[in-house]
Formats: sequence, structure tokens, C-alpha cells
Amino acid sequence: MKTHDLMILGSGPAGMAAAATAVAHGITAVVVDEQPAAGGQIYRSIESTPIKERRILGDDYWHGKALVDGLNDPRIDYRPGTTLWQLTRKLEVGLLQGEQASMVRARHVILAHGAMERPFPIPGWTLPGVMTAGSGQILLKSAGLAPSAPVVLAGCGPLLLLLAVQYLRAGIPIAALLDTTPAGQYRDALSLLPGALRNPRTLLKGVGLLAELRRAGVRHVRHVTALEAEGEGRLEGIRWQCGNDSEWHHLSTPLLLLHQGVVPNTQVTRALDCTHDWDERQLAWQPRRDNWLATDVEGIAVAGDAGGIVGAKGSAMQGQLAGLGAAIALGRVSEEKIHKEVKQLRRDLARETAIRPFLDVLYRPAAHWRLPEDDTLVCRCEEVTAGEIRRMAEQGCRGPNQTKSFTRCGMGPCQGRMCGITVSELLADANGQSVAETGYYRLRPPFKPITLGQLATAAEDAAG
Amino acid sequence: MTTCDFAVVGGGLVGSAIAYGLAKAGHRVSLLDEGDVAYRASRGNFGLVWVQGKGLEIPSYSQWSMSSASLWPSLSDELRELTGVTTQHQAPGGVHLCYSRKEMELRQRDLTLLAEATGGQFDFAMLDHEQLREMIPEIGESVTGASWSRWDGHANPLYLLRGLHAGFLRCGGTFLPGSKVQRVHQNGASFVIEREGERVLAERVVLAAGLGNRHLAPQVGLHAPLIPNRGEILVTERMRPLLNLPTTYLRQTGEGSILMGDSHEDVGFDEGTETPVLSNIAQRAVRALPALANTRVVRTWGALRVMTPDGYPLYQASLSHPGAFVACCHSGVTLAAAHAKRLAPWIAGDSLPSEIAPFTAERFDVQTVIPA
Amino acid sequence: MFKRLSLPEASAQQTVNVYFDGRQVTAQDGDTIAAALLSAGIDACRTTPVSGSPRGPYCMMGVCFECLIEVNDIPNVQGCQVLVKEGMQIRSQNGARRLG
Repeated sequence: MKTHDLMILGSGPAGMAAAATAVAHGITAVVVDEQPAAGGQIYRSIESTPIKERRILGDDYWHGKALVDGLNDPRIDYRPGTTLWQLTRKLEVGLLQGEQASMVRARHVILAHGAMERPFPIPGWTLPGVMTAGSGQILLKSAGLAPSAPVVLAGCGPLLLLLAVQYLRAGIPIAALLDTTPAGQYRDALSLLPGALRNPRTLLKGVGLLAELRRAGVRHVRHVTALEAEGEGRLEGIRWQCGNDSEWHHLSTPLLLLHQGVVPNTQVTRALDCTHDWDERQLAWQPRRDNWLATDVEGIAVAGDAGGIVGAKGSAMQGQLAGLGAAIALGRVSEEKIHKEVKQLRRDLARETAIRPFLDVLYRPAAHWRLPEDDTLVCRCEEVTAGEIRRMAEQGCRGPNQTKSFTRCGMGPCQGRMCGITVSELLADANGQSVAETGYYRLRPPFKPITLGQLATAAEDAAG
Repeated sequence: MTTCDFAVVGGGLVGSAIAYGLAKAGHRVSLLDEGDVAYRASRGNFGLVWVQGKGLEIPSYSQWSMSSASLWPSLSDELRELTGVTTQHQAPGGVHLCYSRKEMELRQRDLTLLAEATGGQFDFAMLDHEQLREMIPEIGESVTGASWSRWDGHANPLYLLRGLHAGFLRCGGTFLPGSKVQRVHQNGASFVIEREGERVLAERVVLAAGLGNRHLAPQVGLHAPLIPNRGEILVTERMRPLLNLPTTYLRQTGEGSILMGDSHEDVGFDEGTETPVLSNIAQRAVRALPALANTRVVRTWGALRVMTPDGYPLYQASLSHPGAFVACCHSGVTLAAAHAKRLAPWIAGDSLPSEIAPFTAERFDVQTVIPA
Repeated sequence: MFKRLSLPEASAQQTVNVYFDGRQVTAQDGDTIAAALLSAGIDACRTTPVSGSPRGPYCMMGVCFECLIEVNDIPNVQGCQVLVKEGMQIRSQNGARRLG
């Protein structure tokens, strides 16, 4: 088996920054990403987007170009279109490129898988025509596709506002922005304003987005407390309630884009049996890391949103830090030598991420958006409802693994990515336990499907 | 403090079947179980309800397996009526694939001996490649043939466990999940079962804690020298029906996924997966059914079998602590019906089923060879 | 549900013809299959093996596995992970996949 000094998994801001840093210390970094081009999700399609007018996608998007250009460095072995299907605690790496599966070894690994959307289970969310705000952004950036009819955006969080403004600037009509940010949450977040003020740019950006939407007269419905997607075989319309008012409001629409924040993608770190902590403020699991971003599996670090949501710039800084950590681990530089650089980097990172508590509290989805009604599907793949999960709790299931084995929730193709957090929260709530106590699914490779034939030959190659 | 007639320690396939059987018979039963993350052999069980090839060294095991296989349909029906849970049990027969003439001969010889030892109760047939192809149209060219027995079948081990738990509750059982039992001791004629800040008082106690029995058995004067043996499983995406009957390491589930397994590793208590092992399982599956080469594995699993030194079960009543029992095996699905319908009554006071007389710990005092 | 923004560089994008359940779909070079289908107004690409319910692309980033389709006789392909190629034969993935 071939051994690489450093493998970086993911070519978003964290992965790209890690690669640039590693290369500066003489390490040949292998960067792997399943997407056909670099940028991760936040800078997706930055090299090929048909939307050249900078104003539409915004400066923050185009900021990523320099990082993507950095991957052209000949010392970086960049492999797009390559899927990670396996990573062991012994740092054996299983890759799939096209039809070709292979196994290699690494001396050091930086995981930079980024984030994924927090599940947003509402009645009817599996109807064709209901998608995520993230998918709207991807279609916009990568294919110049935008809603053909006035679109309904629903949920909360900066990404939702950003998409609304991008649509606005591209001339796309917005039927309504249904805001689920709970009443009083602005007030709750105020106590964290001092932290937010350390990153005034980001704070003002958010304020600016809201102002832009208001100026354009976008219908911004606040304090939405219930939302349902309706239709026969596909989305036809939605209905919602506000505050404590029991009146249902209706709107016909062929497209609903949902978003209630992003959470770390922990699929790989879970399969490695890294220790994870439940962050009650971010309402998400995070792999436990030391101050060099190393997990408790030797040789494996996590940089960027995959370790806890820090945003694009914060992810890039963490990528740098992890890259420096790799350089130290691989003996390319001593800690003393880069002491000042690291100190400055940590200061910059602290300032960049000081706004997170404010954003986390401000955009914290209310409990009922995370604990759906009984009839709502929680596991989309195996079609398991919230009610079934609660029934399992009644029958003595204390955690998601017994629940999974009894109901099949989490056993579908997505391997629990879409339902995991919801199931953990539902069980915690039903059992009167903390989410930390309740736990999460036990996961194993393959992280993405691999054929029997590919699996049969990959290990053969490794042994040979 | 909970008081009951029977405390069953261990909510896996063995414990649940026994607890269900006892509760159904009207006894007050408490079923104690660990938390969500525990060594759960049930989660790695392949799902075979299997008879052929079992008992080569101790033929009464074949009889015990056949008894269970005969009782399986009624257990399955019962659980469905009582709880609505379907075990997906099917008994179309099963095949053990052979890849050479030599393998066929050895297999035939072994199974013939077994048939004789069971007075013809166990029966089977050898199938050549053509006959096998009639049953499994996609069978690979390199498969020489197979041994087939009408006694074999399969079920969904997880739904079985779910059904047993639900049935247990339906019959008035008390389920106590959440932590490991630390200590069992006698208090007069009863037993006190202790775990984190909690005590259960029972007239009789059944230790069905799988590998946990190693530490618990001695507390009631019994001996359970169990060894973990890891099995890994591959699960594919759902397929349309293509495999009518189960084989020892390849079967199609009720959902349509193809399940592959039957690996054995001596790795202590590691429930992870090893790529070479997974790859071997994949290779073997593709050899058996070449058309599977392009199907995708969506999940893998590793779990620890509860193995005695010779692989046969352990059922024993304590002499020093009357009322305490130990029950362990690695065929929790096959034997579920026997456990619920014949073992449970024994634990409740009926006479010992004759088939299980050999399965006490005393046999381990004699050197035995672990069957290959 | 989705339309192409009329952009100054639009003419520079090359068209790619693919087929969905026999019907021709005009896509652009660089589209994923899922994006191409959505641009043609196709929002449901499969039915589930559990209940036969219609499903379509949801996350567009390879996480949800809803956009499964059959491509050139290979079933259960994630449409958002594969770029369109001229002449591709795409079929809806109805229920569990077949062998082969």
C-alpha cells in the first residue's frame, strides 16, 4: 500500500487552507474531494459558475477564489471526483475514483468535510418540490438555475437570508420568507452582542442582508411557529401559523426551500469512534479536539465546520492551524519556530469566531422544529415517523442504536445523515435524558456506497 | 426495589426469548438490560434459522436445533398476533455451497453421519450444479454444488428481538433497561440483583448476559468460559427479489437487501470492521453470485459472537445456588423458539429437555477441539 | 420549478442532450443530472422501495440520497454527483433496484 505523508479530505476553505500551509512547510499534501471541483459548498463552482457578475453572489463568495487558485500549486496532489469510502484508526484510506477503488495509507490525516444542513422535518417535507436552501444555492452557483415561480423560503439562519438576497440581486421574485426565529430570541442574543462586536464585519453583513430584503419589500413573515407542505405526489402549497395564533395561512407554491442552520458532518469521525460532545448551544455533535484540532485518534485532525460550525473564514484559519499541526507532527518544523505565527493565528481565529455564540443563540431553532409531531417522517430513507421513535422510547429503547435495530431508522442509504440528530433529540426528550447521555448511531464504513466488486479488489490491491 | 418471580439478566435474543416464554406462562418477570451501547450479539446476527451441519460432534444439538426450527412458525405467528411485529420468518430450506468435489464429499459424509445419529430425523440432499441452478438461477459457475436441507430458513433477527421485547411487555413483563448488572447474590431463598443504585429481588435468576456471563456466572456458583468471536456483515442496497433461499453466508432479507457474512476473527472485544475481512466476504459473495459484483454495499457491521470453547451452548442450573441458571449460545435466532417454549418451562420447574443434557460447563474440563 | 438565469455568458455554455425515461432533456455542460432534470421541470426522479412514494432531489450535495436514478443501465446512482454527458440514458429509479 502506498503511504502518503498527509492526506486532506475535503477541498472547502479548511481543506484548501490546510493544503496551502502544508505545502509551505515542504509537505506534499494529497487533497481528496468527491465534488468535481474545489470550493466545498460555500465556494462551490467558483471556477465555473455562469454567474460572473460579482454583485449577485457577493464578495464573500468570491473571496474564496484565491484559496481555490492555491490548489494549482504543483506540490499539491489534488484529486477531485474522488470519494472517501473508508478511513481506519490505523490511517488506512479507502478511495473511489470513477469505478476504481483503491486503498492507501497516510501518516497524518486532516478531515475537512464541512457541514450539512440541520434536518428540518415538517409534515410533507419529503414531497418533490421541497428542497433545502443549500440546494437552491448550489443550483444557482453551479448551473445558474433559479426558481421559475416566486419562491418560498422558510426557516432561520444566515444562509437563508443570504440566499434570499442572492435571488433578489439576480431578479428572482420571492413569494415569502417565512421566518421561524422565535420571538424574543433577538433579546436573548443581545447578551452575547459584545462577542459579536469583535467581528463587526460579519455582524454588519447580517444586518445589511435584512435591510436589503426590507428595502426590496420582500414579504417577511416573522415568528412562524408551524409549517406544513401539502400536495398529492408533489408540493402544491404550504400552510403556516404565527405565534400563538391558531389561524392557518396558505400559499400555493411549487417550490419550498427549507433551512434551519448547518451542523458538522460527523459521518467519518463517528465511524472512527472519535469521542464526540453534544454542544447544547449549537445543538449539534462535535468531535472532541485538542488545541491543535487533533481528535482522540492519533494522526487525525479535524479542521473547519466538520469540527463545529465556525463559518468560511474561521474554517480557513482552522485549516491553517491543522496544517501547522501536521507540519509539527511530521517533523517539518518545530513548535518553537512557529510559536509567534500560531499565537497570532489563534488570536485571529478567536476574533473571527467570537460572533458564533451570538449567531448560535439568535438562530437557535425552537424545540418543536427539532421534535416533530408523531405523523411526521423523521427517517426519510426508511420512512420512520417521529411517533414510531417515541413508541420505541416507551418500550424501553434508551438510545438510537436499539431504536435503529428495531425500526430501521438510520439503516437507509444516507446512513443516518438526515435523521440522526432528530432521533437523538426525540429519544432524549421522550426518555427525560440529555442528548449527550442518549448518544448517536454507531457508524461504520463504507461512508459512501461501494460495489462488492470494488470492495473485493480494493483490499486485494492493498495486500498486494 | 422491584420484586419478581424471575429476573432475567440480558435483553438480547437469548434473554428476551426466555423472559418472553416465562411471562407468557404467567410468571412475574423482570428483564434487565444494559444501555444503548453494549456488546449486542443480536445486532450482528445473520438471521439464519439453521439446522444443517449443526451437531457434528454432539448430535443432540442437531435435535435441539430441529426442535426449535419446528417451533419457529408458531413463535412467529404468536408474536405477530400479540404485537403486530413480523419476524419475516421463511423456511424454504437452505443450502451450504461447495466449491469442489472434495468439499462435496466431505459435506455429504458429515451430514450422513448426522442423519444417522439423529435416527433419520435430520435429512438432507446433495445438489449438483444443475440442480442448484434450478433453485438459484444466478449461481456462479465455480460453485460445484451444495447440501440442501428442508430444515433451514431465515428471519429478521432485529424484528425478532423487537417482537420478543414487545411480546414480553404485552404479557406483563417488566423491562429494566439502562445499566449493567454488577452483582448477583443470594438472600435466603431469593436472589438480589444489583446494579447502579438499584436492586431487584427475584425468586429465580437467569443469566443470559452473553459475554457478561463470564463475570456473573461465578457469583452463583456457575462457570461460563465464553470467548468473543467477531463476525462481520455486509449489507447491500435494496434489490428486487433474486435469491429464494438462504445460504450459510449469503441471503436476501425481507427488505430486499443482500446480507453477506460468516467471518470469524479472534480480536478480543473489538466490534469494528477490517477491510481485508470485508473484502473476503465480498469476494466470496461474488464467487457465489457473480451478478452481485455491481451491487453496492451500503452498510457493514461487526459484532461479537458469544462462543463457548467448543461452540455448543451452555445451559446449566446452579447446584450451590438453587434457582440460578445460566444460558448462552451463539445461535440466538435459530434457538429462539426452543428458548421460549422449552427452555423457559425448564427454568420454571419442568424437567430438563433431554437434548440439552450435554450442554453443561463440566464438558469444558475435558480437552475439546474447537470445530473448524 | 427552476429556470436558467439569462446571463451574458449564457451563450458560451455548451448544451448537452440527455434522455429521461425516453424524453429528451436539454442540459448544459457542467450540469449534474439532478440539476438538468430540475431545469426541465422534472422534480420527482424515483419512487421509494419502502412505500412507493415519489421523491426528488433534496440537498443537491450527496447527503440525502433522494436523487437516485438509473444511468446507462446502472441503478441507484446519485444524480447530484454525476455530470451529464451527451446521449446519457437516464431512467427513474422505481423501488428497489434490479440485479445487473
